[in-house]
Amino acid sequence: MPLLRMEGISKHYGGVRALENVSFEARRGSIHALLGENGAGKSTLIKVLSGVVQPDAGTISIDGEPVQFANPQEANDAGISCIFQELSLLPDLTVADNIGITRPPKKFGMIDFAAQRRIAEAALARVGGESIDPLATVSELSLSRRQMVEIAKAMARDPKILILDEATSALTAADVEKVFAMLHTLRSEGMSIIYISHRMNEIAELADTCTVYRNGQKVETFEAGTKSDNAIVEMMIGREYDSVFPPKIAKTLDAAPVLRVKDFSWQDQLNGINLQIRPGEIVGLGGLDGQGQKQLQLGLFGTLIGATGSVEINGKPVNLTSPKRAKSDEIGMALIPEDRKGEGLMLPMTVRENLSFAAVEKVSRFGLVDQAAEESAIAEMVSLLKIKSDGIDGPVAALSGGNQQKVVIGKWLMTRPRIILLNDPTRGIDVGTKQEIYQLLQKLAGEGAAILFYSTDYDELIGCCDRVLVMYDGAVVRTLSGDQLTETNLVSAALNLPAGNVEADIAVQAREIAK
Amino acid sequence: MNAPTKAIGSAPTARRSGPRFRLTAAQRGILLAAGIFAVMFAVYGWKQSVGLTPNVINTAANKGALLALVAMAQTLPILTRGLDLSVGAVFVLANCLASSVVVGDPMMTGVGIVVVLIAGLLCGALNGVIIVYGRLQPLIVTLATGAIFFGVSLAIRPQPGGSVNFEFADFMTRSTYAVPHSVILLVMVVVLVWIPYRRSVLGRAAFAIGSAEQAAYMSGVPIERAKVLAYALSGFLAAIGGLLLTALTYSGAAKITIANDYTLNSIGAVVIGGTSLFGGVGSAIGSIFGAFVMRTVGDLLIVFDINPVLQPLFVGIVLLVAVSIGSLRILRIKNKLDLYR
Repeated sequence: MPLLRMEGISKHYGGVRALENVSFEARRGSIHALLGENGAGKSTLIKVLSGVVQPDAGTISIDGEPVQFANPQEANDAGISCIFQELSLLPDLTVADNIGITRPPKKFGMIDFAAQRRIAEAALARVGGESIDPLATVSELSLSRRQMVEIAKAMARDPKILILDEATSALTAADVEKVFAMLHTLRSEGMSIIYISHRMNEIAELADTCTVYRNGQKVETFEAGTKSDNAIVEMMIGREYDSVFPPKIAKTLDAAPVLRVKDFSWQDQLNGINLQIRPGEIVGLGGLDGQGQKQLQLGLFGTLIGATGSVEINGKPVNLTSPKRAKSDEIGMALIPEDRKGEGLMLPMTVRENLSFAAVEKVSRFGLVDQAAEESAIAEMVSLLKIKSDGIDGPVAALSGGNQQKVVIGKWLMTRPRIILLNDPTRGIDVGTKQEIYQLLQKLAGEGAAILFYSTDYDELIGCCDRVLVMYDGAVVRTLSGDQLTETNLVSAALNLPAGNVEADIAVQAREIAK
Repeated sequence: MNAPTKAIGSAPTARRSGPRFRLTAAQRGILLAAGIFAVMFAVYGWKQSVGLTPNVINTAANKGALLALVAMAQTLPILTRGLDLSVGAVFVLANCLASSVVVGDPMMTGVGIVVVLIAGLLCGALNGVIIVYGRLQPLIVTLATGAIFFGVSLAIRPQPGGSVNFEFADFMTRSTYAVPHSVILLVMVVVLVWIPYRRSVLGRAAFAIGSAEQAAYMSGVPIERAKVLAYALSGFLAAIGGLLLTALTYSGAAKITIANDYTLNSIGAVVIGGTSLFGGVGSAIGSIFGAFVMRTVGDLLIVFDINPVLQPLFVGIVLLVAVSIGSLRILRIKNKLDLYR
């Protein structure tokens, strides 16, 4: 009998289907890998299992006993420990406090700090993090060390089922090895481990069983090693194209690049990036989420301190030091940010005010807003973007997600930018609005704008872009264009698998790397 | 082609430099506030015509201890990333109540003290319950309850007056071998209230909530109970302050200027003491020193023969300087967006 059995799990967020009638089983002493694209449903399944969200339908049983989790604590008590990719650590507390927080050792009603420290040391040693000081404050640790603490925290609860959701993506190579060694030991001790990773080499090394998800549904469960990497990638992407994309505008790209970036680096998150974009060109940024795409756009927009490398606008070197400078006439750059609500909009303010924030200088004279000019610019934007609202003097918070996104785009188009950076602009919005955004991009490119478009949706990159730069680990690892721009190539480049090799080669190489 | 196995993130930074003396942010805050206070008080003693006699020390301690208790009360909500604008009103309410009930023989006086402390605890608990279960902003909740508490104080004591058990009042405000009893009171509050709280599960939960509330929830921290307790203890500490005020003035008075002065200065004292207004970092011990720093400003004006009317001006300058020293971390930020989070 499997230790864990989930049956008929469904979960909807509003009208969006995250999981549809999914079942899943995990055995004792085994590592089960979950595979799938961004948004395939893996994370939602894990959230259901760990009590973070409650399913609309379906049952969970552990050891044959049906269970229900109203919150993460109940899942913990049932022996399920989850290591999330977004850290769940408390940055201002010590390492020992963090490890002990779910089940603090007590003496006379107070926390027994000595015992807590011993528990923390034991848990750290178990995951191979002996060198971490249990009394250090978490915010002082590097990202990799923090992730090790996160893993130790999960281990300290003595789970029956351990879930790792992209838990190694922040780890250094040395720490990955230690964690793998620990996972092998835990498996032999009989623990059931559920492992989510986008790294095929890790899955090849660790997994006993794999399950592929796509679009909120289970595709197939199979024994590890019975399928080639290519076959797995096909399972992950194998859906029909919806032809929602407008034709790419035929253009001759002979103008000199408007943006040229050389050897752009920042901290250890961007490593020597080179790129150039010509007027009228739509260049995509691809790769797994979190490989430096966002940092690259922020860096170009002037928010990163200590970025190195050179940036030229129309052949002239410029120094990008702030968003204010980036949007100036001399540079003419716009960034449509990923976090619509935090970085894009002032939610309680009106549509009108939101639209004219970024461009207010363009409709002002002598520091005063020219109301007539503002009015006509806003009217133009509302009709261009077909923004649907009860009136532009209502709060932007009252608009649907798609229309809010249009306001963010409109706000920046009002500055008449030459270079437009988009950070996953279609995330979480409806298909109709997506299509309008695609058409808008082609129109803007047709008018000569240079567009750098980051998307986590591979279809979008293929359907919209002239060229796609695939990023991995803070660097551009491959550039795809023309016939090369296919989903299979995008996915394998994103996983940093070599292109064009025979399948067997890939598998062999992946295993070698893993060793 | 060699696919990198190195993961994203930083280079290995495994470091553990043996036994070391590295202070936490809260400890740095305490030391900074204590240092500023020591310097200011030394200057005060040096310029004082009679020097630091037991009497001078006792007067300064009594004045500082009042604000120190209210500032300790303010520290707890701030640690959870909240705020308590009713501390001054609870302080005044406790004063008015004490001037009616802390009277008579020792037995009755003792009962009266307990009544006052429980009243403070209940006021704070009311704040916490409304904030947690009404899911309302602490700022507006405590603004409203503060007005209510002040109204109750007025009802209890429409005109200044009342009395207090004289022996009790004298004992609280005296000093023994030059050690002011008000300082002993502060030490006892630290040892009997603050340190056990700091080490309790709910106390640590308060720090966890202020540090990252979502992560705290994900870790199964008892968020609701911890918040209610933080506000309840806040009321309790403010009531101790109210008792001390009664002992100093031998009477009760419902004055809105006192309530407001203590509320606002308590926030200043908390910040000087190194507690972050963003929650998660800080200590009530720092707030004690923060309070003494703010109160010593007035004493310094007197010895330097500056018009005491100017006290707010100098308090403001001291507050700005102290906060600036504490926020030098901004120099280490690498992504400008982080400045605006």
